[in-house]
Amino acid sequence: MGRKAKFDGTVVSTGPGRKAKKQSDPTFPKGLIEKTSGPLSRHQKQRAKKRLLKKNQNEKLREPKAKKSKVSKEVVKREKIQSSADENEEEEDADETPVEETSEEEEQDNEEVEQNQSLGLKSGPADSDDADSSEEEEENEDQDDSDDDGDDDNLLPIEKANKRLKKKQEKERKLAEDEMKDIATHQDIFTFPTEEELANPTSLKDVQQRIRDVIMVLSDFKTLRDKDRPRVDYMELLKADLCTYFSYNTFLMEKLMQIFPLSELLEYLEASEVQRPMTLRTNTLKTRRRDLAQALINRGVNLDPIGKWTKIGLVVYSSQVPMGATPEYLAGHYILQGASSLLPVMALDPKENERILDMCAAPGGKASHIAALMKNTGVLFANDINQDRIKAVIGNFHRLGIVNSVICSYDGRKISSAIKGFDRVLLDAPCTGTGVVAKDPGVKTNKDEVDVQRCCTLQRELLLAAIDCVNARSKTGGTIVYSTCSILPEENEWIVDYALKKRDVKVVPTGLEFGAEGFTNYRQHRFHPSLKLTRRFYPHVHNMDGFFVAKLKKFSNIIPKKDTQKDEEEEEEEEEEKEKDSE
Amino acid sequence: MKRLSEERTKLVFEKLTKYLGDNLKVLIDRPDGTYCFRERKDRVYYVSEKILSLASTVGSDHLVSLGTCFGKFTKSGKFRLHITALNYLAPHAQYKIWVKPSAEQQFLYGHHIAKSGLGRITENTPQYQGIVVFSMNDLPLGFGVTSKSTADCKHADPMSTICFHQADIGEYIRSEDTLL
Repeated sequence: MGRKAKFDGTVVSTGPGRKAKKQSDPTFPKGLIEKTSGPLSRHQKQRAKKRLLKKNQNEKLREPKAKKSKVSKEVVKREKIQSSADENEEEEDADETPVEETSEEEEQDNEEVEQNQSLGLKSGPADSDDADSSEEEEENEDQDDSDDDGDDDNLLPIEKANKRLKKKQEKERKLAEDEMKDIATHQDIFTFPTEEELANPTSLKDVQQRIRDVIMVLSDFKTLRDKDRPRVDYMELLKADLCTYFSYNTFLMEKLMQIFPLSELLEYLEASEVQRPMTLRTNTLKTRRRDLAQALINRGVNLDPIGKWTKIGLVVYSSQVPMGATPEYLAGHYILQGASSLLPVMALDPKENERILDMCAAPGGKASHIAALMKNTGVLFANDINQDRIKAVIGNFHRLGIVNSVICSYDGRKISSAIKGFDRVLLDAPCTGTGVVAKDPGVKTNKDEVDVQRCCTLQRELLLAAIDCVNARSKTGGTIVYSTCSILPEENEWIVDYALKKRDVKVVPTGLEFGAEGFTNYRQHRFHPSLKLTRRFYPHVHNMDGFFVAKLKKFSNIIPKKDTQKDEEEEEEEEEEKEKDSE
Repeated sequence: MKRLSEERTKLVFEKLTKYLGDNLKVLIDRPDGTYCFRERKDRVYYVSEKILSLASTVGSDHLVSLGTCFGKFTKSGKFRLHITALNYLAPHAQYKIWVKPSAEQQFLYGHHIAKSGLGRITENTPQYQGIVVFSMNDLPLGFGVTSKSTADCKHADPMSTICFHQADIGEYIRSEDTLL
């Protein structure tokens, strides 16, 4: 409100502004204004006569009934006129207001107060002196001023308002306190549900409330617990409730509860329900991000850079056109890709004129990113076992203008027999996909112990094959990046830990500025301390799909051969571990 | 992966000359290493010799694609360019057509270009000349063949076809499976 300050040197006109204009005189309804009537005209006199006649006739007709009411009406009329006259008098001679009228005025005031209060309540409880109501108060001020002297308290209207406000605040505080007490008592009340209650589940809302309650109890177990119940019971109840509320299967929920602390678990589960924002990667071979953003904005796309950590990512908030069919997309200026997919390639850090292998390339998002970083020099081998999915790689590579590629469809575990001596290898291993639950909700229910076991075995073999493909004597590289879109340590840290034992590799920093550190301790497992250098990404923390990135450096081409007996022993040990796990 | 036979080389070069003219030399004599045409399963690939030598270790059963696919030989023995060749055709094309934004979408759905959608055309384009189609902001959209020369275009009916559609980048979505 008010005049805008102009700091650019333009002169602001002086004098009273538009808002300071004097208020116009008040207007009153017609009935209140006394008529200053002159002598009646002839026609008027005649009409008056007629009216009188009619009146008399009517009175005669219903004299007994109507008389009383009429009288009372007349009295009211007279009073009204009188009061208006009084007001007029007041305004004329404000100093000497008679005592009788002050009482009347107060009544009026009270009415106004009520009005103000109701207005204040509408516009927000705490501050009743909003713009609207304050205006009204100003209007009233003229009248208030006149009877201030007559008031007993001698209070300014603003002081009155203050008093009112204080009263109201007091009331609110009391209410809030009552509510707090109520909540506190409710907390204490939480009792463990009986078997019957558990057998007959009620609404989801009740389940949600129970989840909250149980988490509350578990957070302060000593004081809030039911003395007869062990912690296990609470955990079991929480697990069952979470499974029903978020529709996970018991196996996966158990795993998640082992990974996350309780406070984080709920956040993770809720974040996993929502899709991550659509993101795209600029193809630096064909365009620049600024040009692309401009072109897309012109097509009615609402977008922003992903973050400071990448110079080629854009996040799409809304779009009037399908993002996968714009002419820019078809011309290969960008590819739709999750924000998390940029990370392993950034960790791989490809250089020009290198030989690089992407072992599980389909649909070619990360592989094309590698090619873009290599600026179409050197050689990029894109491999994927799936013949159908590799077609997407062909399409994407040609669309994005990548010419230094060889696309092949080996089984990743046998690729080292065909080609070797790469400078860098990216292994984005097939996994259970527990990090991308938002994309594929089926993961919540259809994964179990056996699936994870199968994935683990495959991942181990793939990682060893990837390490075998790399040339440790490479001048520029000799690195392997292992990534999955899973958050289970079984598929991540455990695999890398296994590779550390089997091959001459070490974990090196990924070069990613953010992300949570990898686990070194997980339940009964004690991984190599250097696994701290790996990175984990979570939907609720980093607003991208759950992801894991590890960067390994190979320091010798020798494949350590241990005694076969020892190997077997180790394997046996691992099997035992697994059995323990499954138990 | 084998060398193109004499006849097939001739067919490929003839086809490319329709679009590139004398610029075909640029593709063959490159300053950044030697590039060559190779044939595999009737597909023609254009690839650097460095990459070719590395790819030789990959078994033929497992090799899917390398370098850039230019097109394929049809069963009747003719050579057909694919949209994937646009990468090399667009920068070296001799004759070009620019289409208006309103006609862009039409062309990307596989329609011919009418006179009403014609934004610009290279001077002195003869009839039945291979041309590359651009959008008004110089985005290569595909290629085709003119049905009218530049001079005839001026007097043509607004609805009459100026350029026959051969390939457009919409094919990356429409026929991803049959791209190769």
